[in-house]
Amino acid sequence: MDGSVLNAILVMSSIGVGAAIILFFVAQKFKVIEDPKIDLVDEALPGANCGGCGYAGCRAFAEGMVKAETMDGFFCPVGGNDLMKSLAPLLGVEAVEKKPQIAVLRCNGSIKNSIPKFDYDGDSTCSFTTNLSAGVGGCQYGCLGGGECVDACDFDAMYMDPETNLPVVKINCVACNACVEACPRDILELRDRGPKEKRIFVSCINEEKGPLAKANCTVACIGCKACVKACKFDAIDFDNFLAYIKYDVCTLCRKCVEVCPTDAIHELNFKPRKPKADKPKVAKPKVEKSAADKPKEEKEESKTEEKVADNKEKSEKTASDVKVESTNNDKN
Amino acid sequence: MGLLTFNIGGIHPPENKLSAGMAIKNIEIPKQVVIPMNQNLGAPSQPIVKRGDMVKVGQLIAEAKGFIAAKIHSPVSGKVFKIEPRIDSTGFRKESIIINVEGDEWAEGIDSSDTLIKDITLDAFQITEKIKECGIVGLGGATFPSHVKYIVPEGKNPEYLIINAVECEPYLTSDHQLMMEKGEEIIVGIRIMMKALGAKKTIIGIENNKTDAIAHLSKLAEQDSNIEVKALKVQYPQGGEKQLIDALLGRQIQSGKLPLTVGCVVNNVGTTFAIYEAIQKNKPLFERIVTVTGYPVQNPSNYRVRIGIPIANLLQEANCDMDATGKVINGGPMMGKSIPSIDASVTKGTSGVLAIRNEESKRHEVKNCIRCGKCTTVCPMGLEPHLLSIIARMGENEKCEQELIMDCIECGSCVYTCPSSRPLLDNIRLGKSNVSFMIRQRSVK
Repeated sequence: MDGSVLNAILVMSSIGVGAAIILFFVAQKFKVIEDPKIDLVDEALPGANCGGCGYAGCRAFAEGMVKAETMDGFFCPVGGNDLMKSLAPLLGVEAVEKKPQIAVLRCNGSIKNSIPKFDYDGDSTCSFTTNLSAGVGGCQYGCLGGGECVDACDFDAMYMDPETNLPVVKINCVACNACVEACPRDILELRDRGPKEKRIFVSCINEEKGPLAKANCTVACIGCKACVKACKFDAIDFDNFLAYIKYDVCTLCRKCVEVCPTDAIHELNFKPRKPKADKPKVAKPKVEKSAADKPKEEKEESKTEEKVADNKEKSEKTASDVKVESTNNDKN
Repeated sequence: MGLLTFNIGGIHPPENKLSAGMAIKNIEIPKQVVIPMNQNLGAPSQPIVKRGDMVKVGQLIAEAKGFIAAKIHSPVSGKVFKIEPRIDSTGFRKESIIINVEGDEWAEGIDSSDTLIKDITLDAFQITEKIKECGIVGLGGATFPSHVKYIVPEGKNPEYLIINAVECEPYLTSDHQLMMEKGEEIIVGIRIMMKALGAKKTIIGIENNKTDAIAHLSKLAEQDSNIEVKALKVQYPQGGEKQLIDALLGRQIQSGKLPLTVGCVVNNVGTTFAIYEAIQKNKPLFERIVTVTGYPVQNPSNYRVRIGIPIANLLQEANCDMDATGKVINGGPMMGKSIPSIDASVTKGTSGVLAIRNEESKRHEVKNCIRCGKCTTVCPMGLEPHLLSIIARMGENEKCEQELIMDCIECGSCVYTCPSSRPLLDNIRLGKSNVSFMIRQRSVK
């Protein structure tokens, strides 16, 4: 009996040793020589696999960048400039600085500004409702309030505001482009964050003529060109009755904001003006106003959200569970 | 053997034909009409009149652009007030011609009398051209430009002309009333279409809930051995062309193919009458029969309506109690779409205007799928709506395409029968739009 146990041990260990030797040589033979830099870069990356860089994931991005041996055209929006700078010595190249960006909602058609004209109780997915109707407010360009962008956000940087039925981009947006791609109406856009988060943009993409746009939404761009005339820096494009402020040219002088008759141009995170004109402002969005003048480290999420809540105008709540219908079944 | 019907699926919703037997009445022309340019399937039409132009009834005001497109003629006489985007029945603003009405002066050459003209003088090619010129589209609801059906590709041989007089949608009675009042004209219309197609035989399919229409048309078609009237079992969606061909001839059409592949051309009975008027009376398509019905409507009836008249006028004419109305549907209750604004105009595709009571207008609470399989049983295309709806929701577009989501005719039987009131058709429509987008992208590449 002892002998058989010993036999078994011997046989098993000899198989084990044999297999180990084979595996050793096979591993030598088929060894994949990988640049050790890829692993280093991969480790340094955030690992969210969001696809914001344009690659399938962080690993693919690392491989691509190490292979290209340059950082030109490679940028991780999540890690930002800090990360890219820390990666530069690994690759032995100069980091390409890129201005930090943020997703911006170019629509202010809240249920207060663009009053629902009918009820809708069907499927609320944006990509579905955009085929079905112009939306309850009547604007065929504006936000449908279905929240597909919020669903697409992997970084918890967006939420739907129940009072306005519009999505809100929080300060911790990493500009990964997921929401921009998710929006079937191309309302969201990545724009430079600007110095101290100061931004000026046209919060409307309605290309209709003034009276038509205004009929559906009180804060629509009516194509009056007042901002174009006011701008001294040629920073405003005008096409199809719609103004567009080029963020790379804009000097943040705020002239256009003053002249806009419908308050369609939004300024964010500026110090309040001297109270010369206290005309009642139409509901401005309460985007990530909060962390304006604060250093980045302090922007904890909870704080941001609190402040955002503070900034909310008390818009009266209209039926938010809007409803209508697509196919109608008279089930009775 | 019982009555004929199609083989797969189908439902029988309450018929509610409130306006049955109501004589077709004319409706007063308002001071202003709005004529949208996208009245047909395919490309929208291009306005050829300018602001301030005087137009007469039946005058061409918009040219067809593209192959699948139709011309539009003025339904009224008067002055072109504006050409601008106006809200249409989907809520989107679409290019429209707005005409201020002055009198009722018809363009020359249009016979506005009621006399029956039996002799067909035009040849097949001329008939097709005339159909195209008169802007005729399928009046069943899909608004497919009719002349396209009559351009038969070489090698194809249309054996049967099938006249769709099924009217399987609950509530609607416009086709029924048209058959009762204009039976002789419809028979002449059928002869015209047979001549244009070179078809040997015509079958008129009528559901068995319209026995008077079956008797009336059978009597009129007695002398003509080529025209046959067949009674069908009452079953929704028998008016779908694939279902109708299955019911009448037992022939099935392959996925994605046209009825011509099984030797059939299907036309609605309303279209038949429009073709009769176009060929024999030189009258373009600028008016149609519309059923105005529903329980809040006090006088549900059938009207002869010029296109461009606001739907609000129709509801007012029929005495609709707007306070009790929760929803107004353009079309029938099963396939029609609810409209966001009653200011939208009647178009060539408006087969009915249905007002729904407040209490019926809300959707039921959505519950979980219990895998009862009812939707699969009733689906007339043999699809599995509950599974399609899930994969469409997940965005699995390739899988959707494999599972033939594009075969769905959007009849709504699955939603009607679902005990959990799940939004099956909404999800399938989402999938269909994604898949058709994907197919378009592929063809671009």
